[in-house]
Amino acid sequence: MSKENKDVLYGLYDDEEVLLKAVDQANAGHLEIMDVFSPFPVHGLDPKLGLSESRLHIAGFVFGAIGTLTAFLFMTWVFTRDWPIIFGGKPYWSVPAFIPITFELTVLFASIGMVVTFYTICGMAPGIWNPILDDRITDDKFCIAFDVTGSEEAEKEKLKSFFTASGASEVNTKTI
Amino acid sequence: MSAVVSPIREPLIEGGKSYRQITEDICSPTESAPNVAWIVAFIISVAALAFYVFCVVWTVWVGIGSWNLNRTIGWGWDITNFVWWIGIGHAGTLISAILLLFRQKWRTGVNRAAEAMTIFAVMCAGQFPLIHMGRLWLGFFIFPYPNTRGPLWVNFNSPLLWDVFAISTYFTVSLLFWYTGLVPDFATLRDRAKGIRKNIYNFLSFGWTGAAKHWQRFESLSLVLAGLATPLVLSVHTIVSFDFATSVIPGWHTTIFPPYFVAGAIFSGFAMVQTLMVITRKVLKLEQYITLGHIESMNKVILVTGTIVGVAYLTELFIAWYSGYIYEQYAFYNRVMGPYYWSYIGMMSCNVLSPQIFWWKKMRRSIFVTFVMSIFVNIGMWFERFVIIATTLARDYLPSSWSYYTPTWVEIGLFVGTLGLFFTLYLIFTRTAPVVAVAEVKAILKSAGDQYLEPNARHAAKVVKEEVETQA
Repeated sequence: MSKENKDVLYGLYDDEEVLLKAVDQANAGHLEIMDVFSPFPVHGLDPKLGLSESRLHIAGFVFGAIGTLTAFLFMTWVFTRDWPIIFGGKPYWSVPAFIPITFELTVLFASIGMVVTFYTICGMAPGIWNPILDDRITDDKFCIAFDVTGSEEAEKEKLKSFFTASGASEVNTKTI
Repeated sequence: MSAVVSPIREPLIEGGKSYRQITEDICSPTESAPNVAWIVAFIISVAALAFYVFCVVWTVWVGIGSWNLNRTIGWGWDITNFVWWIGIGHAGTLISAILLLFRQKWRTGVNRAAEAMTIFAVMCAGQFPLIHMGRLWLGFFIFPYPNTRGPLWVNFNSPLLWDVFAISTYFTVSLLFWYTGLVPDFATLRDRAKGIRKNIYNFLSFGWTGAAKHWQRFESLSLVLAGLATPLVLSVHTIVSFDFATSVIPGWHTTIFPPYFVAGAIFSGFAMVQTLMVITRKVLKLEQYITLGHIESMNKVILVTGTIVGVAYLTELFIAWYSGYIYEQYAFYNRVMGPYYWSYIGMMSCNVLSPQIFWWKKMRRSIFVTFVMSIFVNIGMWFERFVIIATTLARDYLPSSWSYYTPTWVEIGLFVGTLGLFFTLYLIFTRTAPVVAVAEVKAILKSAGDQYLEPNARHAAKVVKEEVETQA
C-alpha cells in the first residue's frame, strides 16, 4: 500500500446478490474498482474482480516439505552420525520409527508457515491499524470502493450515478 | 447464489435472522456485564484452579511420593487424566476440520466453541505429563536441544517422544486454526466497540479489513489447514495409543488400540461439546444458532462412536479368548472380573449401553437426556482410561508384585483442579470472544436460514422444470 493518502469513493450495499450484480455493471461500464469489502466471503466474486486463485497452498506445500526434510534428516544425522545408539536391537537407521515425528513436523511447519505468510501478505499483524472505510462492513454492509485521488468532478459524478443505478444504499467519500 | 438445500433439511439458523441480527445476537454478550450465574461459576472455577496450583506445589515440594503410585502401578490418575483430556480435545478440530472437508454446514454453529474447548482441554492434558515427572523444572529435557552432555539426544524411536511432538503440534495447529477463524469476528467486535475496547479488539483482529482478496486467501488458508488438521487429529490419539500399544504389557500390546482410541476420543470430545453447548446456548440465548438439529447431529456422532468403542471392547475380549494364550486371557479376565471390576462396569454401562438411547429420535432431541448422557459419557471415558491403565498394571508379571491403588487427595485435587483450569478459561472465552463464528454463520444464512428454505426450494424446482422443458 502506498504511503500517500487516497481519496476513496465508496458505496454500501445491503445484500451480496445486489453487490454481485453491481460488480457486473461496473465491469460493463469499464469502471476500475479499487477493492470490494464484505462481512463474509462472497462466492463468485473473485472471477468478476479478476482475482486469480490464491497461491497460498503452494507456500504451504513448500513449508511442509521443509518440515519433512528437517525432521527426517535431523533424526537420520543424530542416529547414524552424531550419536548412534542401538534401541531394542533395531538398526541405527530405523526409518519406520521416524515416520510419526516426520509427519508431525511436516504439519507443524506447513501450518505455521502458511499462517505467517497469510498475515504478512495481507498486511496484518497485532497492533496494525488498517484503514476501515465503514464500521458496518464487518457487520451487514457490502462495499465497492473506487480510488478517486485527483479525479475530475465529472468522473466522480459518473461513479455516483453508477452507485445509484446499481442499488447502493449509501455513497460516501473518505480519505485514507 | 444461494445454494439449493432440500426443504426436508432442517434450517440451521432459526428466527428469520438478518445479517445485522446475527451480529447483534452473537456479539452482544461480550459487551454487557456478566450475570450472576456467570460470576458464581467463575468464582467456583477459579477456586478449583487455585486448589490445582496448591496441589502442584505440594507435589513438587513433598515429591511424587505424595501420590499413591507404587512400584507395580506406576501410572495412575495422572496418565488417566492426561488421556481423558487429550481425548476431549479431539472434538473441536474434528468438527472444524473434518466437517469442513465434508461440507457439513451444521459445524458453523458449534465449531468456534468446540475449538476453544479443544485448546483448553489440550492445555489441561499437557499439565499431567509435566507434573508426573516430579521434577517438572527439568521438563525441557524432553525436547531435542543441543546440550552439554554430548549432545545426548532424545530417543526418537520412543512413542513417548512421538507423543511430545504430536501434542505440541496439535496444540499449535489447533490454536492457529482457531485464532485465524476468530480474526474476522474480532474485527466485527472492534467495529462495534468504542475507546479502549476498540484498541484491544483491533490488536486482536490484526487490522482485518474484509477485502475480497483477503477473504479469498482466508478461505484458501482455512481449507488447507483443515486438510492438514484432519490427519493430524487422527494421528494424535493414534500416537497416544502407541504409548500403550508398543509396550509389552498384556492388555496394552494390541493392534486394535489406535482406531479404538481415536473413536473413543471423538466420543468423549463430542460429549464434552454437548455438556458445554447445552448450557452455553441457554445462558447466551443462542438457541436459534445452536438448534436442536445441531444437538441431534452431535448425538448421532456420539451414538456411532460409542458403538464403535463398544465393538472394540468386545473384540478385545474375543481376541483374548481366541488367542488361546492363557496370559493374554488372564489379562482380560482380570480387567472384567479383577479387583477393579467396578470401573469396568462403569465403563461398559456409560460408554456402550447408555448411548444406545440415542436410537430414538425423541431422545436425541431432548435437551435433558442429552445433558445427562454427555455427563455419563465423560465419566465412562474416564473409567475406560482408568481400566486400561490401573487395572492392567495392578496385575503384572509376578504375582508377588501384584498391587492395588487408590489415589491420594493430591491426585484427586490435581484432577478437580484441571477442571477448574478448563472452566476458568472457557468462561473467560464466552465473555471476550464470539462463541459462534459470526462470519461463517452469515455465509450460510442464504442457504440454511429458515426463511430461505422454502423460496430456495421453489426456485430450484422452477430451474429444474425449465431445464427439462428446454431439453424436450
